[in-house]
Amino acid sequence: MNMQQAIKMTAAETALVDAYTAQIGDLPGDGSVLSVRDTLVHELKTAGLPTRRVESWHYTDLRTLLRAVPTADPTAFADRVEALVAGATVLSVRNGHADLKGNAPEGVTIRSYTDSLLDGSAAAGLAVLGTDDAIGRINGGLVRGGLELVIADGTELEDPLEIQLVQSLGQAHTRFPVSFGANTKATVIERHLSTNAAESLISSVSDITVGEGAEITWIVLQQQGAADTHLGQIRFDLAKDAKLHLFLINAGGKLVRQEIHGKTSGEGADFKLRGINLLGGESHTDVTFTLGHNVPHTTSTEIIRNVVFDRAKGVFQGKILVAKDAQKTDAKMACNTLLLSDDADLSAKPELEIFADDVQCGHGATVADIDHTQLFYLMARGIPENKARAMLVNAFVAEIVEELDDEPLVEALESVISAWLEKHA
Amino acid sequence: MLEIKNLHARIAEDGTEIIRGLNLTVKAGEVAAIMGPNGSGKSTLSYILSGREDYEVTEGEILYNGENILELEASERAAKGIFLAFQYPVEIPGVATMQFLKVAMNEQRKYRGEDELTTPEFMRRVKEAAAELKIAPEMLRRPLNVGFSGGEKKRAEILQMALLEPKLCVLDETDSGLDIDALKIVADGVNALRSPDRAVIVITHYQRLLDYIVPDTVHVLYKGQVIKSGDKTLAHELEANGYADIIEAAA
Repeated sequence: MNMQQAIKMTAAETALVDAYTAQIGDLPGDGSVLSVRDTLVHELKTAGLPTRRVESWHYTDLRTLLRAVPTADPTAFADRVEALVAGATVLSVRNGHADLKGNAPEGVTIRSYTDSLLDGSAAAGLAVLGTDDAIGRINGGLVRGGLELVIADGTELEDPLEIQLVQSLGQAHTRFPVSFGANTKATVIERHLSTNAAESLISSVSDITVGEGAEITWIVLQQQGAADTHLGQIRFDLAKDAKLHLFLINAGGKLVRQEIHGKTSGEGADFKLRGINLLGGESHTDVTFTLGHNVPHTTSTEIIRNVVFDRAKGVFQGKILVAKDAQKTDAKMACNTLLLSDDADLSAKPELEIFADDVQCGHGATVADIDHTQLFYLMARGIPENKARAMLVNAFVAEIVEELDDEPLVEALESVISAWLEKHA
Repeated sequence: MLEIKNLHARIAEDGTEIIRGLNLTVKAGEVAAIMGPNGSGKSTLSYILSGREDYEVTEGEILYNGENILELEASERAAKGIFLAFQYPVEIPGVATMQFLKVAMNEQRKYRGEDELTTPEFMRRVKEAAAELKIAPEMLRRPLNVGFSGGEKKRAEILQMALLEPKLCVLDETDSGLDIDALKIVADGVNALRSPDRAVIVITHYQRLLDYIVPDTVHVLYKGQVIKSGDKTLAHELEANGYADIIEAAA
């Protein structure tokens, strides 16, 4: 017996394992899928949830932070909500169950991920990314639904696709393998929201492959309820000359870990990460990012802006790995934070691991309070202090949103941000 | 309109006393110039008038239309009609100039219990005032003061002043960094605002600006006190002879 098995399981660990045991026979999957699930849950049982001793979880000790797990309720009901932007095609997923009604835009094939579990085609994709991939493990063990999207070569979608995940209570574990064909152009909004204050546990993995010459904007808008745990993971793989603009907004949740793990597999690939973390209350929000520049001539820029109020705690870990052959890599990462209360906290850990010798890579992190000269300037024009502060905080993140260059989308996201700030500032 | 009585003030952070028993009266309709060598407390005075929290008043009072304003926030003073044209206007990336103007105008109106401006009315006012000051519409589409040249920033300050219609205008070294053409535009903008119910305090190093904005009174500030007051001829005297004689006479 190894030492790990001797550790007493926490309430949350027990609840997760019990959730699996209770659903055996009911969780979708053929023999191959069920065998992967078994392995994953066994690993969860023996290794437990990660603690601060696991390097990639150092600032988010999940074992301590995840105190309880709400029971899955198969009868829970959630309503769909209006699309974030008018004209978007909404793909509705409620309490973890995808709704396949409605028409797919031309060039887009939509399949229920549950079917892929049932026929076993999903089995290979359930593998974890590494021994510390707790999200992959929980999600792989318990996933019931999601969507599999294939966007045919050359498809250009005029209107965004909104994957709308609405949660009311209990648990939801979803997966979204999405494959963009060569030279496709599309905007996808992955929107997580909660309809009430009841506690939920959500895990969601999006596995994105971007084909040659495709230009994709993928937006993750996380607006879970104040009691919710959100474990999100984005995986991506960029082919030659593929461009992915990944835009992340965290504006909710009690315990949030959003992981982004990607790689460039073809020359000329370009990745852009823009992240806004709006943190308040007693919440804990962790964005962990790794990017492998695996081939020569690929570029990436990452800008994260954190706004931290109250007793909230934020974490940004960003690691860029440049492989030995990946000459001419150009990568720049920045993490800027506004700490707006004495008890607010942010840990930033940007890292570069470079094995090639002809590259341009850089990273920087700043932490500041509101600029007092700017505040005085606004107040000297008659703008009351609270309003002036809100304007400055908004300005700090608005710069990033405006990069999206899509007016209805920018407006929609700006109103999400200002609504959040009005509530918390 | 403005009465400063025996004002003493220091930098809040380190306690350095900058204003040491300053007395000054400015009447409605008056244009008062404040001159003085570097470090005499000119900019500090402008910040104290407008309510910057980095300074602490230890003695004396500032009466504005008979009301002691020292307890008022900067935003309240602004809404009551005190306007400071900054020596170094502040760049604020992410805040659109038009949005800023609209919020400022409407917040002041709200404070005074007036109706907010409708968008068309707001646009009309901005367009008119901008044209007077030769401010291109492109400039107003940029973030506040970001990427503005020195001259553009100063013109933008005067634009704000014209739109906010203050009662007491304090111009802090508005001439610094301006070429002669920009100086004329700015001076015309200020002169257009001269009226019997409005006072202007022009803080400057040099006589040059006062050729274009002709003052009614001139006050020499030295070591935090007004050491001499006179009419516009005092400015000419300073231009010709420097501050040394006056400082010596006051000592």
